[in-house]
Amino acid sequence: MNTATVDDGHGHAGTMSLKLFISTYVFSKDHKMIGMQFLFTTLLWFIVGGLLAMGIRWQLAFPWTDMPIIGGRLFSAEGGQISPEFYTTLFTMHATVMIFFVIIPILAGAFGNFLIPLMIGADDMAFPTLNMLSYWFMWPAFICIGISFLTPPYGAGGGWTSYPPLSSVLTAAPGSEMAQTWWLIGVTLVGIASMLGSVNYLTTIIQMRAPGMTMFRLPMTIWSMFITAILQAFALPVLTAGGVMQVLDRLLGTGFFIPEGLVVNNSEMLSGGGQPLLWQHLFWFYSHPAVYIMILPAMGMVSDMLSCFARKPIFGYKPMVYAISGIAGLGFIVWGHHMFVSGMNPMLGMTFMVSTMMIALPSAVKVFNWLGTIWAGKIQFTTPMLFSLSFISMFIIGGLSGIFMAATPVDIFIHDTYYIVAHFHYVLFCGTAMAVFGAIYFWFPKMFGRSMNETAGKWHFFLTFVFMNGTFYLMHILGAVGFPRRLADPYHYETFKQLLPMNRFITWCAFGMFLSQAFFAINFFYSIFKGPRVGRNPWRANGLEWFCPSPPVAHGNFDKQPIVYRGPYEYGSPEVDEDYYPQTQPPPEGVSVGNAAESGGDH
Amino acid sequence: MGRFWSLLFLSVPILGVAVFVFAVVPGGIFANHWLPEDISQHGAVIDNLFMFILYLTGVVFVATSFLLFWFMWKYDADKNTEPVKYLHGSHTLEIIWSIIPAATLLFIAIFQMDAWADARMKYPTDKATGFKKPPLLLVTGRQFEWRMQYAGADKVIGTPDDIHLVNDLHIPVNEEIVIQIQTEDVLHSFFLPNMRIKQDVVPGMRQHIWFEAKNTGTYDIVCAELCGWGHYKMRGRLIVQTEDDFKEWMASAIAEQNKTSLNANE
Repeated sequence: MNTATVDDGHGHAGTMSLKLFISTYVFSKDHKMIGMQFLFTTLLWFIVGGLLAMGIRWQLAFPWTDMPIIGGRLFSAEGGQISPEFYTTLFTMHATVMIFFVIIPILAGAFGNFLIPLMIGADDMAFPTLNMLSYWFMWPAFICIGISFLTPPYGAGGGWTSYPPLSSVLTAAPGSEMAQTWWLIGVTLVGIASMLGSVNYLTTIIQMRAPGMTMFRLPMTIWSMFITAILQAFALPVLTAGGVMQVLDRLLGTGFFIPEGLVVNNSEMLSGGGQPLLWQHLFWFYSHPAVYIMILPAMGMVSDMLSCFARKPIFGYKPMVYAISGIAGLGFIVWGHHMFVSGMNPMLGMTFMVSTMMIALPSAVKVFNWLGTIWAGKIQFTTPMLFSLSFISMFIIGGLSGIFMAATPVDIFIHDTYYIVAHFHYVLFCGTAMAVFGAIYFWFPKMFGRSMNETAGKWHFFLTFVFMNGTFYLMHILGAVGFPRRLADPYHYETFKQLLPMNRFITWCAFGMFLSQAFFAINFFYSIFKGPRVGRNPWRANGLEWFCPSPPVAHGNFDKQPIVYRGPYEYGSPEVDEDYYPQTQPPPEGVSVGNAAESGGDH
Repeated sequence: MGRFWSLLFLSVPILGVAVFVFAVVPGGIFANHWLPEDISQHGAVIDNLFMFILYLTGVVFVATSFLLFWFMWKYDADKNTEPVKYLHGSHTLEIIWSIIPAATLLFIAIFQMDAWADARMKYPTDKATGFKKPPLLLVTGRQFEWRMQYAGADKVIGTPDDIHLVNDLHIPVNEEIVIQIQTEDVLHSFFLPNMRIKQDVVPGMRQHIWFEAKNTGTYDIVCAELCGWGHYKMRGRLIVQTEDDFKEWMASAIAEQNKTSLNANE
C-alpha cells in the first residue's frame, strides 16, 4: 500500500526517511492510516471482484462464445471461451473476493478503524499493535487466495460455501486439489484478521469514550460497529474451527465431513465416519451472522447521513439501537434457513422458519424509522444523501424478497435459484455497497481534507442506480422460473431456454454498471490531490469527528479535548440559531441540558 | 434537482410492479417468464403461497417506496419553507409499526406450516393397507448423471432383476409415488421445477420424496446443488405416463431385462 500522498501532519513529507515512511504508511499503528490501508486495498479488490462478475455475466449472455479481444489471451487453451471448469472458479472467486476482501473489511476495517476513535472522541484504538496486525493478517489471506486462483489447472471451484465432499475430496473436481486447500487457509486467515479487529473495537468503544459520551449518545454508526464486533467475536471462531477441520480432512486424512465408504471419481476415501451436513451447520453458524456483519454498519452509517442531510433528529434512536441488537440476537438462531432443503430434519426447518420470519421485524422497524427521519425535514440532495436514500429504497426490496425464502414451502422451489441471487445482491450491492459509496463521499473530507466533486458524484450515483436495478431486478423473474445458480449453461434445459434474451439484457446492464464506476474512481483519485480544501465541518454535522481538523491530527486526532454535551442528532434544535448543534458545543448560558458527565440521553 | 431525484425514486415502485405484471400476465413480452407449468397435486399450495407473499410484500413495497418518494418531493430543502419538525420519535408509532408487521409475519409463519409438513414430514401411506408406501424406485446422483433403479418383477429394490436407467425417470400419472434418493459421490440436488420438488442428496444419507403428477408429458430434472465442473449438464428427463402406458413400459423393460440376461447365459 502506498498512500504517501496523505499529509501525515508533520510537514516533512519531502524529507522523510525510509524508516519513518515505513512506520507511517506501511506498519502504521495509527487507526486512521490503518483505515486508509483497508480502504485502498478493499477498493482494489472491488475492481477484481467486479471483473470476475463480468466474466460470469459474459458466459450467461453468450455461452460458449469467444470473448472478444481479451478471450484469446485469457483462455488460449479453450480458444477464447470460458470453460465450465473456469466458470465454477469465476463464481467461487467473485463471492469470496466480494464478501471476504471487500464488504467485510471495507465496513469494519476501513470505516470501523477510521471512524470509531474519531466518533467517540478517543486518541486511537485501545490496542494499536493488534490493530496493525488485523490489517497485516489480511495479506497472507490475499496471498493464499491469489495462489488458489492461479493454481493450475483452475482455481478453487467449490463455491464460496465450500460444501464437502466436493471441497474436501481432492479428486472431486479440477478445482478441488491444492487450490481448495489454499482457499480454505486464506478464508481462515481473514477470519483471524476480523477477530483481532473485533476485540479491539469492543474494548475501544467500551473503554475510551470522551467525557460525556454515554452509550446512548453514541452515533448509530458506532452502535452498529459495536454490535457487529460482538457478532464477529462470537461467530467467527466457529468458522475458523470448521476451516481447520476441512483442511485436516484434506491434508491429514481425518474424516470430519466425509461419510464412510465414499467413492468419488473412482477413488475411494480411506477416512470416513463424518457428516457433510456438519460443515453446513458450522459454516452457516458464522456465515449467517456474517450477513448482518455485512449490513449493520451500512445501516448505521446511512442513519447518520440521513439525519445530517434531512437536518432533523433521527427518528426513534433507541428503537433503532434495540432493532440492531434484535437483529444480532436473532441472527444467531436463523442459520438453518440456508439448509431447508439440505436434508436437515424438516422439524428443525420449521423452527428456523419461525425465527427467520421474526428477524424481518427489526428490519421493518428500521425502515419505518428512516422514513420517519426524513419526514418533515429539509432534505439536501447531496451525493451521500442520494446514496443513503437509495439504500432505503433498495433495502426495502431486498428485505421483502427475503420473506419468500423464509417461507419453507416456497423455498423448496426458489432455493438455489436466481431469486436468491437477486435477494442478496439487493441487500449487499444495492444496499451495502451503495451505503459504502455514500459514506466515502461523506467522510472523504475528513480523511483527506479535501472534498469530492459533487457533479461527478451525482453522475456516478445516477448511472449506478439505473444499471444496478437493470441488472438485479430482473433476476427475481429468472428466479420465479426456477433458473438455477452456478450453471455454466442453463439454456439446454427446456424450462430455461427462453431466458437467454433477458440474461443478455442483464449482462449489458452489468457492463454499464461496471463502467459507471469510472466516475467514482477518477473522482476519488483526482480529489485526493486536487479536490477543494475544506474546513473541519463541511456538512455542518454534529458528530465528534467533525470537531477535529480535516484531516485529523496525526497523533491523537483532536487538537482540543472533546467534551460531549448531547446526542449526535440535534439538528434543528430550538436551543440554538444554527440548524445543527454539535455534540461538543457547550449549551448557551441559562439553558440547562444536564451535566456533561451525566448518564442518559437527552431525549 | 430534488424534483428529478424524487421522480427517479418514484420510478422504482412503478417499474418494479410493471415488471412483475408483465411476467405474471401470460402472453406478454415476457412469455414463459413466470413459475413454470405446475404438474403436481401439491404444487398449487406452494404457488399460492408464493403469490400470497408476492401480493403482501407488493403492497408494502409500493406503500413504503411511495412514502419515500413523497417525503423526498415534499421536504426538498429548496422548496420546503416550513421549519423542520424537531422531534425524536414517537412511542405510539413505534408500537404500531412493531405489532402490525410482527402479527403479519407470525401469521405467514403459522399459515404455511401445514404445507411444509405435507411436503416433508407426512410420509404417504397406502390407503388400502395403512402401511407406509414402498418407494417406486431409487434415484442415485453421481457426477454428472441421475441413475434410476426400479424394483423390477420381484418388487424389491436392490436385487439382480432391478431395472436400471440413466437420466430417464418414468412415473405414472395420478398416483402418489415415493422415491428414495441418494448420492454416490458429492452433494447434488434433485430438482423437478414442474413438480415443485427440490431435495439435496447427501452422501451417507438416504431420503424420501413424494409427489403426485396430474399431467402427462416430459419435463426437466435439474441438478440444483453445485457438484463440480459438469454441474450444468447434469440433466435428466421426467416422463409422466398414463397408468397403462407406464405398465406397458415397465413390462417391456422387464422383458428387455430378461432377454439380456438370457443372452448372457447363452
